[in-house]
Amino acid sequence: MALLEVIGLNKYFDGFHVLKDISFSVEKGEVVVILGPSGSGKSTLLRCINGLEEIQSGQIKLNGEVINEDSTKWHLIRQKIGMVFQSYDLFPHMTVYENILLGPLKAQKRDKKEVARQAEELLDRVGLLDRKNFYPRQLSGGQRQRVAIVRALCMNPEIMLFDEVTASLDPEMVREVLDVMLELAKEGMTMIIVTHEMEFAKAVADRIIFIDGGEITEVAEAQEFFTQPKTERAKNFLNIFNFKEYKKGVDNNEKI
Amino acid sequence: MQDLGIRVLIEGNNLYRLMGGLLVTVKIALISVIISIIFGIPFGIVMTSKNKLLRLVCRAYLEAVRIIPVMVWLFIFYFGVPKLTGIHLAGDVVSVIVFSIWGTAEKGDLVRGAVTSLPKHQKESGKAIGLTNVQIYRYIIIPQSVRRLLPATINLVTRMIKTTSLVVLIGVVEVLKVGQQVIESFVLQSPSASFWVYGFIFFLYFIICYPISLFVRKLELRWKE
Amino acid sequence: MDIDFILEISSLYLEAGKFTLKLAFIGIILSLLIGIFCSLVNYYKVKFLKKIVNWYIELSRNTPLLIQLFFLYYGLPKVGIKLGAFTCAVIGLAFLGGSYMAEAFRGGLEAVSKAQIEAGLSLGLTKAQVTRYIIFPQALAVSIPSIGANAIFIIKETSIVSAISLKDLMFVTKDIIGIYYKTNEALLMLVVAYLIILLPLSLLLTYVERRLRYAGFGN
Ligand SMILES: Nc1ncnc2c1ncn2[C@@H]1O[C@H](COP(=O)(O)OP(=O)(O)O)[C@@H](O)[C@H]1O
Ligand SMILES: [Mg+2]
Repeated sequence: MALLEVIGLNKYFDGFHVLKDISFSVEKGEVVVILGPSGSGKSTLLRCINGLEEIQSGQIKLNGEVINEDSTKWHLIRQKIGMVFQSYDLFPHMTVYENILLGPLKAQKRDKKEVARQAEELLDRVGLLDRKNFYPRQLSGGQRQRVAIVRALCMNPEIMLFDEVTASLDPEMVREVLDVMLELAKEGMTMIIVTHEMEFAKAVADRIIFIDGGEITEVAEAQEFFTQPKTERAKNFLNIFNFKEYKKGVDNNEKI
Repeated sequence: MQDLGIRVLIEGNNLYRLMGGLLVTVKIALISVIISIIFGIPFGIVMTSKNKLLRLVCRAYLEAVRIIPVMVWLFIFYFGVPKLTGIHLAGDVVSVIVFSIWGTAEKGDLVRGAVTSLPKHQKESGKAIGLTNVQIYRYIIIPQSVRRLLPATINLVTRMIKTTSLVVLIGVVEVLKVGQQVIESFVLQSPSASFWVYGFIFFLYFIICYPISLFVRKLELRWKE
Repeated sequence: MDIDFILEISSLYLEAGKFTLKLAFIGIILSLLIGIFCSLVNYYKVKFLKKIVNWYIELSRNTPLLIQLFFLYYGLPKVGIKLGAFTCAVIGLAFLGGSYMAEAFRGGLEAVSKAQIEAGLSLGLTKAQVTRYIIFPQALAVSIPSIGANAIFIIKETSIVSAISLKDLMFVTKDIIGIYYKTNEALLMLVVAYLIILLPLSLLLTYVERRLRYAGFGN
């Protein structure tokens, strides 16, 4: 049985059809990367999966159980779904440590000692143990995103959602965050990742889902998607990230 | 005898008297607002001057006026000034003086805020086309500030009206005082008079101030863009 | 100026000052509670309650405290509701201050970004927990300057409670002027007393405002 299953999901914003009949599933331990042009509905899809957006039709199943029907239960579901956003969303009035402990202590009501141990272990793994008493504003963007990942991980989620977590980082900080995610993939964490880092996507993904205009237009093994995309749209999309033919001093006609 | 209840308000010429009292209140408030605007505008502009000493003096005036409750200022002018100078002033005159001093400070601070929030290049582009300082204010700064200022100034009117209720405490015969008189003279026919009369005055203040507040909010919404 | 006389009456002012502070303190605390409640009702657009809250705010904003006090103290007993003068003053101050505090909190609540709320929700916190641990502390921090300004405002507003014969600073002053005719001394002490209460608060507020403008959490 798939860990996460989305069946016929439709989402409208005031009559505007943002997500059209989306269906896919994610196996336990699988890493799915969602690619697609800006505005195609990737963020909205992730937000629907953890109930931040209401959907108009369709089903979302976690471990075979429908999760989108009882809106009063979302807070329980969300404890099993970790999410990291593009904007640095650490709570500014709490230290790193307090940020991480909030969910496990208040939402999951877990034992403080045990959570503290786990938090320190995780912080250590992302190289930020010495920052545990810092406030978010005292950290760099890359450090903040690593803390945000730790904060989600400390809830022991069954699946992690990442929405362009490196998109507003300075280039030299992108790597440190991506490395953490690669590490997680290696450990077998189930993840859905929206990203524009193509090399990273190639390295981390088991499967690629390509979305355009609110529709899934292509699903493929990562290897296959990057080497021989089936649809024209995916081809065009991949070409945007290809700078080779625009190199200065190189005659473009050569290639043709 | 049967209690008149709410009819105490229309008994005899009570309503007329209460309205007369209200007029005194409104008059004091309006005169004070007008004086405050007349003095507040130059005061506010002076507060933006480059002269440090001048700014300091203005600031001191503003803070001094603000930190002491208006009620205390009324006492100082009503009891203290006659004692020091030998000039006795009537309660309504004292009220207008105190409210004008207070209103000038408040209005001045509003003007200062509006002027300093204008982008600097506005003033500079005025200079660049050879306008004098006075002309710059007359044609560039004041017209632009008015939009920012009008809602707050109208707000000042409601604050002034509410504050005017205090003058009864220095012996001015205004609506609350008239109310007391009505209650006293009807104590037999209408034992519950104070409930109705004070309730009515409460209502009167509300129906004067509420539309003004509403209007200010509309203006603010419309001018937000 | 009669220095001996001033010394003599200073104990009266001390008592009255304490009374003013006590009244103001209770008024401020109640105003805060009312303000928080009202601003949350509006923030979450709670049906029905929202209407009541907005009417309350309009009534409170558009009527003078003095009239409210007269109605409470002299008017209500005639329909069987007898309240002590102190109770009336407390109710009046809270009724007035509540709407001001609500406005202060509204600003703070609006300053908390949607992203913060969603980050909290995605940790599996309930709406109430998000309000308590994320929205509320951040809103409070943003509102502190306005809350401070409102507190000073409420202290100043207590200066009219002598109208319902409460023995505050104004009451003592009027008494001394009436009995001894020592107007200058009484007024001087009155001003000094208010300055002792208000000046430190006002300076503290200026300092806090400045700090908040240039800093944030973790500085
Ligand atoms: N809250 C919203 N209200 C209305 N339209 C929205 C909202 N959020 C997103 N959209 C629209 O939905 C579409 C998909 O947005 P999004 O999911 O953010 O795309 P992506 O993440 O792929 O860039 C866009 O056209 C966007 O303008
Ligand atoms: Mg997006």
